[in-house]
Amino acid sequence: MRELLEIFIAAFRVGIMTFGGGYAMLPILQREVVDSKKWVTEAEVLDYYAIGQCLPGIIMVNTMIFIGQKRKGTAGGIVAALGTVFPALVIITVIAALLNNFADSEIVKKAFAGIRVCVCVLIFNAVVKLWKSSVIDKKSFLIFLLVAVLSLFTDITPVIFVLASAVLGIILHSMGVKRQ
Amino acid sequence: MILLRLFWEFFKIGMFSVGGGMAALPFLYDMADRTSWFTYDQIADMLAVSESTPGPIGINMATYTGFTTAGVWGSVVATLGVITPGIVIVLLIVAVLEKFRNNRYVEAAFYGLRPASTGLIAAAGIMVVEIALLNMDAGELWDLFDFKAIALATVLLVLTRWIKPTKKLHPIVFIAASAVVGVLIF
Repeated sequence: MRELLEIFIAAFRVGIMTFGGGYAMLPILQREVVDSKKWVTEAEVLDYYAIGQCLPGIIMVNTMIFIGQKRKGTAGGIVAALGTVFPALVIITVIAALLNNFADSEIVKKAFAGIRVCVCVLIFNAVVKLWKSSVIDKKSFLIFLLVAVLSLFTDITPVIFVLASAVLGIILHSMGVKRQ
Repeated sequence: MILLRLFWEFFKIGMFSVGGGMAALPFLYDMADRTSWFTYDQIADMLAVSESTPGPIGINMATYTGFTTAGVWGSVVATLGVITPGIVIVLLIVAVLEKFRNNRYVEAAFYGLRPASTGLIAAAGIMVVEIALLNMDAGELWDLFDFKAIALATVLLVLTRWIKPTKKLHPIVFIAASAVVGVLIF
């Protein structure tokens, strides 16, 4: 029970501190579950994130479900999902009920222009961290570059990138085995 | 029965939108056509609210629509609807993965997946840079750069990476500070 509560609180903290879209969740998630709690490693976050991207639903909720599941099985996964969405549920309900023009307010717009600048920097820092556990040789650097460039300049869905890179990983790996 | 319908409609969105929050948009437009729950204009409003509040955009949309259609219980039910498919599918995938975790093909697949995942995140980061630091509709090259935003980004970069006492601070501290600075300088 205590562990489930811990998972809920960790997921709640990630959910409430994520401003400005799913990717903004990564730096918070790294801080909360990788650095402080040490529940998962950077590499595991990347695995979950990649798989979460190919599955139906919301990427960051899916990632948190993987983490909760690893910690405490099925119940952990469900609790992690509920914890992640709970803050948004409360805040949006309050906004919908009370503040009809919330998003039109000048102050809110300016504050979020500032937050977006911060999110750029935090994502940059997150990528530097993830880089260390994913881009480990020339081949993986090539995959990184290819995916980053194609995803910037084309409309290809991330699902294709994830599936293709998994296949590429298997091909490159078996080539490496043959050479040895 | 409105609650059951809300759950079902958002369950379908959770089931079929793969690959990020914006993937839910076409389904929302379709929902606007078929139900009288909201209009296209309200979808645009929902997007604006989602960008200015914590939490994933898909969840925010479900909560907002649920509330405007059926009150507090509507928002709870719609939100549960959108996350239920993810919960079920992730838990099933975990069960399969655990069996094959040490299979060398699965390991090789992850070797390819990890840099791809980092690449996707880097690309998303560059898109945020475009919105936050540049004026993409600028006429002249000089106007392309939002200098106040770039100055703020530079300060944040130095504080989060190189200054020892601030480097260790929780990211939320920088987010909160940036909101205040944003109100003051933009």
